[in-house]
Amino acid sequence: MTDVVVPLTTKKDWTSDQEVRWCPGCGDYGILLAVQTLMPELGVQPENTVFISGIGCSSRFPYYMNTYGIHSIHGRAPAIATGVAVARPDLDVWVITGDGDALSIGGNHLIHALRRNVNLTILLFNNRIYGLTKGQYSPTSEVGKVTKSTPMGSIDHPFSPLALALGAEASFVARTHDLDRKHMMETFRAAHAHRGASFVEILQNCNVFNDGAFDQVTGRKVRGEMMIDLRHGEPIVFGENGHAGVVMGSDGHLRIVEVADVGLEAILRHDAHRTDPSLAFALARLSADDPGHSTAVWSPTPFGVFRDVERPDYGSMVGAQLAEASTKKGPGDLRTLLQSAGTWQVS
Amino acid sequence: MTDIAERKSAPETISRVVVRFAGDSGDGMQLTGDRFTSASAIFGNDLSTLPDFPAEIRAPAGTVNGVSSFQVQIANHDITTPGDAPSVLVAMNPAALKADLGRLEQGGLIIVNRDAFVERDLAKVGYDTNPLDDDSLVNYRVVEVPMTSLTIEATASLGVKPRDAERSKNFFALGMISWLFSRPREPTLEWITSRFNDDLVRSANTAAFNAGYHFGETTELFDHPFQVLSAHMPPGEYTNITGNVALAWGLVAAGQLAKLPVFLGSYPITPASDILHELSKSKHFGVRTVQAEDEIAAAGMALGAAFAGHLGVTTTSGPGLALKSETLSLAVSLELPMLLIDIQRGGPSTGLPTKTEAADLNIAMYGRHSEAPLPIVAAYSPSHCFHAAIEAARIALKYRTPVILLSDGYIANGSEPWLLPDVESLPDISVEFQEGFNHVAPDGTDEYWPYLRDPETLARPWAIPGTPGLMHRVGGLEKQDGSGDINYTPANHETMVHLRAAKIAGIAADIPPAEIVGDADADVCILGWGSTWAAIDAAVQRTRRSGKKVAWVHLTHLSPLPANLGDVLRSFPRVLVPELNLGQLCRIVRADYLVDAQAVSKVQGLPFTSKELETAIDTALAAVHSSEKGAA
Repeated sequence: MTDVVVPLTTKKDWTSDQEVRWCPGCGDYGILLAVQTLMPELGVQPENTVFISGIGCSSRFPYYMNTYGIHSIHGRAPAIATGVAVARPDLDVWVITGDGDALSIGGNHLIHALRRNVNLTILLFNNRIYGLTKGQYSPTSEVGKVTKSTPMGSIDHPFSPLALALGAEASFVARTHDLDRKHMMETFRAAHAHRGASFVEILQNCNVFNDGAFDQVTGRKVRGEMMIDLRHGEPIVFGENGHAGVVMGSDGHLRIVEVADVGLEAILRHDAHRTDPSLAFALARLSADDPGHSTAVWSPTPFGVFRDVERPDYGSMVGAQLAEASTKKGPGDLRTLLQSAGTWQVS
Repeated sequence: MTDIAERKSAPETISRVVVRFAGDSGDGMQLTGDRFTSASAIFGNDLSTLPDFPAEIRAPAGTVNGVSSFQVQIANHDITTPGDAPSVLVAMNPAALKADLGRLEQGGLIIVNRDAFVERDLAKVGYDTNPLDDDSLVNYRVVEVPMTSLTIEATASLGVKPRDAERSKNFFALGMISWLFSRPREPTLEWITSRFNDDLVRSANTAAFNAGYHFGETTELFDHPFQVLSAHMPPGEYTNITGNVALAWGLVAAGQLAKLPVFLGSYPITPASDILHELSKSKHFGVRTVQAEDEIAAAGMALGAAFAGHLGVTTTSGPGLALKSETLSLAVSLELPMLLIDIQRGGPSTGLPTKTEAADLNIAMYGRHSEAPLPIVAAYSPSHCFHAAIEAARIALKYRTPVILLSDGYIANGSEPWLLPDVESLPDISVEFQEGFNHVAPDGTDEYWPYLRDPETLARPWAIPGTPGLMHRVGGLEKQDGSGDINYTPANHETMVHLRAAKIAGIAADIPPAEIVGDADADVCILGWGSTWAAIDAAVQRTRRSGKKVAWVHLTHLSPLPANLGDVLRSFPRVLVPELNLGQLCRIVRADYLVDAQAVSKVQGLPFTSKELETAIDTALAAVHSSEKGAA
């Protein structure tokens, strides 16, 4: 037996020769850098990696990765990626999408890829706006949002991407943001390690059409008190010296309290591996006073891995049925197939 | 008695017969017709079938809308159609008689289930008086059989409740017709035994079938049985095949011949779903099937699988084709092999889901945004679906292009005996993946250019994920000729639009030329495509037997068209194009070749009858002759 030596790659090996064409200052640059920096650490090879995107600013992403890739059709990346992943379970398949691409035109494909637990790592860049079409509201824009297509303010109630993913039976759900490369890398690493569909919402700033959309949470001055860092197995506390925490009231609602008032033992302990998604769901809706972020006013918001549970991935199950059929029937023989409905001889 | 028995034991030999089984949607008429067909196939007749059923699974009982019929022609000679007019109609209720009487030939035999002709059911379909008792059927031979009560009687000793027994009456009818046409009983009895797991159901159906058979033998309602001797068919091993099963098997074969795994992305839709069902049973061939969340996803999955190195296939009908249009455009741009199979049905919109039509040629040809040409192959008979699937795959793989394969509800559900092909003789359609660099950069480094074309086929290389060094990105944005990098410059776009068109047009050199069947010096040429083949074949044969000349060209490749087609059509004074649409191919050949082709249209959800086409040919011949006289 010979040891398989995985050649080490560098960030350069994962970077294509294409000129990056996002607007200067776009949050996408930080995400690209985080992914390109992370890839050599995962011990995988560019030729076994596929990035698939739909349409939108974020969907230019595959062009900048020196891997196999498809810049496909608006909303359809999860479906096309399903084809790749089911055909080739040996590949690492990543889906790059945005709030319009994944949640509006492609909503159906997203929920079904999650439900089937296709082995995909889905990165959703959520900037709460349509950037590529120059500034219309998106399915995550808050009510009242004034854009070119909503001059009197949006009246559409928004989605919470994480709540949607959890409702669609996603087996891995996480949130990160474009200003913290270390957190992004940590989150993407966990998403990649999960076999099945991994869903990561990245709060991403569009500095041209929706600048500062997440400043209330991720702004450097406020993030200490506004970001809740979820750690599996640990009490959900945040703020300076962990003074604040999350408790579940007797009414089943999650509330933010001062740890000193209730004692650390009363604070919820995060369990990403719980089969029951209801706690992850409640955490996903904790971020705004008004569930689903329907206003622009934010309250402390959880980040990190909300849910990470084991469930067989779709491609493996398809492969298992193929293997089972071959074992039962023997490998397919064309002549036998043509005779399978009964034949007769004419002499 | 002895006389009668002897008389009855001597069947009259006839060369062909057309039988139509008609009843309520729940009466099991499709199954009855199917079993009669199978027994006839095994007996050695040539045959062709036409299932005709409503879109509703169980339409209101006893109504004309709920009538489900199955027509089959069996013959002792080579036939291609299910027959224009049945000579025997089995009507299980008044609605079936009402719906199908008009199709029956004058003097034809009607066998009715007398028990169903009661006041309530007669009123339901608008019969004021019982047609069995007035003189409205005077031009037909009517045999009244109380099928329901005889079935109940025959199964009573088994302990079957009358309500359940009634459900076996289709087997009584099948038994009777099996006797009338001297069909062997064994195949049907064996089939009943293997099909029904429930002991009571199995023995009830067996008893009903035998009772029907003996009823035919012992009653004096029929003068004598008939027999259709076996046809003189080329020697070999045969099976009875429907178009959808042949198509599914053709896809399995294509995967084997291409040495590629088959991947089917599909969303259930009538009349294409049977292909999904059949391929789902072919997992031991390495066939992956995914029932997608919608038509769009089904196409997307097929395209993703193609990128990953599989033979990607998606199956659908008209409404689904419309939804897959954007994915086809991407496939045209990505230049990846992919098959879209469209089992056409009546439209627009939901239209006539279970009825046939061939009106998707326009959308197949033009139904994509921008300049997005692709090859189109059309199957012409149930068994041809097998070969058409292989041919569509061959073109897709060799030219790295999506291909649309058109079939329709008529051949998808219709069946015919099929001389099994020699598996060894099927074509090798394998292709090679790109494995090494194909270009040298100015600085001397080797690189991979995904759009560097084969000079002969203009196909681009196919490098699949997992191949070291050949990582590349493809997408919907316009690509630079050769390198495949994003490129928006005016001249490059024009080059790429022309290259994509030239690649498809060039396939004309790689398909058989248009071949004339019949008389090359005829005044009239029929140009057909798809399932009209059967009716055209019969009409051309009849016309020529009557001493008149006619020529026929049948197309299996609709895009590109055979290179010689313009010359062929221009060599005839008159060209007729029969189509189950308003003249879609006709308009294409008029535009492409400036020939004065005339459309012969039918859009009734039914195939052409050969009589209709014979008349069209006669009319065209007469017109040519009168204009010649006028000129003289």
